Amino acid sequence: MFGLSQKDTKFLLIVVALTLLTPILLNPFPSESGLAQFNAGYPALMQRFAIYGLMAIGFNILFGLTGYLSFGHAAFLGVGSYAAVWMFKLLSMNVLPAIILATIVSGLFALVIGYISLRRSGIYFSILTLAFAEMSYRLAYSVFTPITNGETGLQLTLSDPRILDSAPEGGSLPVPTLFGLDMNASWTANVGPWDFTFNIGYYFCAVIAILGFYLSLRIFRSPFGMMLRAIKSNQTRMSYTGLNSRPYTLAAFVISGMYAGLAGGLLAAMDPLAGAERMQWTASGEVVLMTIMGGVGTLMGPVIGAGFIKYAENIFSKINESVLHGWFGWLPDGLEDIVVWFFARFVGEGWHLTLGLMFMIVVIALPGGLVEGGQRIARWVRRKSGRETAADETTKPAE
Amino acid sequence: MGILEVKGVNKRFGGLQALGDVNLSVQENTCHAIIGPNGAGKSTLLNVLVGKLIPDSGSVMFDGNSVLGRKPHEINQMGISRVFQTPEIFGDLTVIENVMIPCFAKRDGAFRMHAYETVAAEKDIREKAEAILEDVNMLDKLNMHAASMSRGDKRRLEMAMCLVQEPRLLLLDEPTAGMARADTEATIQLLKDIRVKRGLTMAIIEHDMNVVFSLAERITVLAQGTPLVEDTPDNIKGHPKVREAYLGEAQV
Ligand SMILES: Nc1ncnc2c1ncn2[C@@H]1O[C@H](COP(=O)(O)OP(=O)(O)OP(=O)(O)O)[C@@H](O)[C@H]1O
Ligand SMILES: [Mg+2]
Repeated sequence: MFGLSQKDTKFLLIVVALTLLTPILLNPFPSESGLAQFNAGYPALMQRFAIYGLMAIGFNILFGLTGYLSFGHAAFLGVGSYAAVWMFKLLSMNVLPAIILATIVSGLFALVIGYISLRRSGIYFSILTLAFAEMSYRLAYSVFTPITNGETGLQLTLSDPRILDSAPEGGSLPVPTLFGLDMNASWTANVGPWDFTFNIGYYFCAVIAILGFYLSLRIFRSPFGMMLRAIKSNQTRMSYTGLNSRPYTLAAFVISGMYAGLAGGLLAAMDPLAGAERMQWTASGEVVLMTIMGGVGTLMGPVIGAGFIKYAENIFSKINESVLHGWFGWLPDGLEDIVVWFFARFVGEGWHLTLGLMFMIVVIALPGGLVEGGQRIARWVRRKSGRETAADETTKPAE
Repeated sequence: MGILEVKGVNKRFGGLQALGDVNLSVQENTCHAIIGPNGAGKSTLLNVLVGKLIPDSGSVMFDGNSVLGRKPHEINQMGISRVFQTPEIFGDLTVIENVMIPCFAKRDGAFRMHAYETVAAEKDIREKAEAILEDVNMLDKLNMHAASMSRGDKRRLEMAMCLVQEPRLLLLDEPTAGMARADTEATIQLLKDIRVKRGLTMAIIEHDMNVVFSLAERITVLAQGTPLVEDTPDNIKGHPKVREAYLGEAQV
């Protein structure tokens, strides 16, 4: 089905099901329980899972398949956001033109940066992309202020032309919509002690992310994808096979840049403002972390990595000392203070420390990322249940 | 006029004259062996032919066109394929994928996107790849990870990757080094068969005299970067200069 093998179709359907059920799956704890703060099923976070998952999927097409490590992908994210907000300001609050323009503009931008950066490979390529992204970030703050609105960031105003939309009523700023469906509209289902929030914006992002995932699956299984893996494996043989690797790497670079731009457009569609800090090198580094943490070159890894990091960022950072005191209140007073002090280093502001430690553990113990961890557990479970034959051992599980 | 004409090629590495005034003419549909002791400059000569090195002076003409100054992939597109002394294969890919890539390159000629087709649907390409792998006797290793194979198997794979391109000139740098006796014999037979089937021009570097004398019609002996003699195998065998420079040591 969908031009995929049976195994891939099954895989895709599982991904679709998980994505659509996310609002339920990520809210396992009843709203009133003490564990409710570990629930991730609220719109803003779920949107981020889908958006950064999409960006990581695209990044993986470049990094995972060709091995070219870009440190400048945040630039495309930022360009996509600016393009989308301009569309909201000038044309319409409909999200479709906004994300389409975001994708196109970032694609063109990637073409220019890729054309120059891909003249080098390895560390020099990485440095060139990093330099371009930092340049874009600085320029967005200064020279391009008329386009980017500098430090304040690009925002909607009541006086924007929005030529396709009728004038807003009541003097409040309009919200992004999809033909009348407001992106910030939600519907909450109360099932016993549980509350599940179904948000239009999340589902819009989820559908786009699934399309992006499907496209990346097709690329992985295509002759083009095979060429990209060949480039990663041996460029010398590539050229002595009569193939110039440059157009292939450039195509991969532009595609992954467009994914990032689309993700940036979606960020703006969820919250119509764009700031330069979205282009900062830390943001570029984040997508690298996501991909490595989840599993470079695997289909699902980057998405898992993105989810993991966004979860840590949003959930761990919310836990503060008073929450910890609540947890450890049963300890004797002196001990409680020590324990709380210790754990406080890893949560709240200190969530970066947790993330850093986890990243180190994954990279050292699981070079194939979390996906490899999952595969190991699956193999171990199968061996435990004794159903594994010798032949199973050598076949690679689905990515 | 040969299909390949090398004239007055010089190449220095610092103080070392790796190639000194090399002239070589390879005739179409022949097998031309280049022999010589270690460090004679044989691989360096091939590097010049495929565009990996640019000579300090001299000319290299292939079928009437100069190859100098062209990029390796352009020279390959002219019809020159090369098997390297240390196998250059796609180690992360499977054996069948390794051979499918030159099949795609041959069919498409240049960059084609093909991002929305599936490899599985490319039946013709796969058949072609399997056919050549049958020729090199590797059908049982189709899905093996190329990097995990023995050196002899890597060489046979690399040879299949070059042969499937149907090159007009095949350059072989010690193709049987690291191979078991039986595989060496099979390789000789394979190259002979292909020559009978559709003709093949070859330049082969080899230390194994058995391989050289089974395949070559002309032999050039290179010593310290300069051709010593060029002649038929029978004459080379008895040549006193060659015995002294090369065969002498080999026959001890
Ligand atoms: N890129 C290079 N830079 C510097 N010196 C080189 C380079 N390539 C080859 N040489 C030197 O040039 C000389 C000829 O090397 P070449 O590899 O052509 O020898 P060869 O005839 O292929 O020997 P072998 O039979 O051992 O493969 C050697 O002394 C080698 O060290
Ligand atoms: Mg050599």
